Amino acid sequence: MDRPNAIADETVPALPRGVKFREDKARSRFVLLGPERIFEADAIATEILKRVDGKASFKAILTDLTQTFTADEATIRPDVEAFLTDLANKQMVSL
Amino acid sequence: MSGSHVDLQADRVAPPRPQPPLGLLAEVTHRCPLRCTYCSNPLQLDPKSVELDTETWKRVFSEAAELGVIHLHMSGGEPTARRDIVELMRHAAEVGLYTNLITSGIGVSDAQLDALIEAGCDHIQLSMQGADAAITEAVGGYRGGYDKKQAFADAVVARGVPLTLNAVIHRMNIHQVPAMIDKAVAFGAKRLEIAHTQYYGWALKNRAQLMPARADVDRTIDEVESARERLKGTLVIDAVFPDYYARYPKLCNGGWGTRTFSVTPSGKILPCHAAETITHLDFWNVRDRSLAETWYDGPAFNAYRGTGWMQEPCASCERKTVDYGGCRCQALALTGDAAATDPVCIKSPRHAELGALATMEAAVCDPGPAVYRGFRIGQETERR
Repeated sequence: MDRPNAIADETVPALPRGVKFREDKARSRFVLLGPERIFEADAIATEILKRVDGKASFKAILTDLTQTFTADEATIRPDVEAFLTDLANKQMVSL
Repeated sequence: MSGSHVDLQADRVAPPRPQPPLGLLAEVTHRCPLRCTYCSNPLQLDPKSVELDTETWKRVFSEAAELGVIHLHMSGGEPTARRDIVELMRHAAEVGLYTNLITSGIGVSDAQLDALIEAGCDHIQLSMQGADAAITEAVGGYRGGYDKKQAFADAVVARGVPLTLNAVIHRMNIHQVPAMIDKAVAFGAKRLEIAHTQYYGWALKNRAQLMPARADVDRTIDEVESARERLKGTLVIDAVFPDYYARYPKLCNGGWGTRTFSVTPSGKILPCHAAETITHLDFWNVRDRSLAETWYDGPAFNAYRGTGWMQEPCASCERKTVDYGGCRCQALALTGDAAATDPVCIKSPRHAELGALATMEAAVCDPGPAVYRGFRIGQETERR
């Protein structure tokens, strides 16, 4: 079953073992890698994934994003939640 | 080296320069304790005496990373049969490749597994021949294999390394697809590949023994669909369906010379692991050539890249950049012409014949014994 989109503030998103986020120099981009999986991160995805370090809480990631990009948290929160939940359903992020 | 291929391409009409490859299948050895009748390795296996040495494989992995390869699939044969497998794994991880060990799980000790993980193995793919000992051991030709595989899967999961099970499906185990899905969950696997047999190498030789009936194939499609929905978040299921019953051919490996390539135990650089069956192609070897010059300029890679090589009905087909005419190895094996339309395609004049052949083979009650994979062809036939 798909999990609901809402993510609690204190949840700490992390990359599960076997999932790597790294620069793909040959193609000038960042990629999220799993077994047989290559997820090409666009500019926004890259900014989110760079902050998924297994230490920062979801709230801390949101705060960092809103400060860095002078965005409104209420506006970006649903998008970040949907993005991370989708990756969690694909086992590319753990929540 | 980048200067040289630019010059070469200036002098001829060539397709646009391809993107760098994403994946490398490194068949580090053909030695294997299992003798699976569905093996896609060539009938003529490379003996140990011609295998690349440690330093050459390390150079290959360095060149692959430099070229832009992301996933390295360390396979064979049984890759852990090489005594230097830990050193190779360490090097591949150090140069930044995502490392996938493709193994039978047989003969891998806990100590060797620990060393491979410590060396940087990112992911392990374990082959699964059946959901019980009887089928597993009949297909793999190895007594006691089932218990060893189970123990290996437990050891991998206990160490926290993500595990994929790869189940190759055919007539002998197609009734066990739901049981294999359950088994994958019980093992703690993150991912399961339900891969219907592709008919190359030993599998082509044993096609009459392996070809499932159409109705059984259709049933597994439904079984996989419902399991995917039920197990979302627990188990990812990737499925490859058999193409003899299809209407359109598969896009071979993401397209010839487009996404991935292989290196054989003796160092041949191939657009796909079955490409050696196209004997008129000139395959370069890592002993003489770099991966980069081979990928961009190797004659075998350029032979079927793009659409310039196509004949009718492919040349004027609206799907020609969708499936690129299907599989070249299959076209050769089934029509005698590697540039023909893959007969899986409904537009091929041979399409009806292919479906009829599969239906007929699947309908035979007792197709006789399959030939087990081995270094001496035909000497290891046993009762199925």
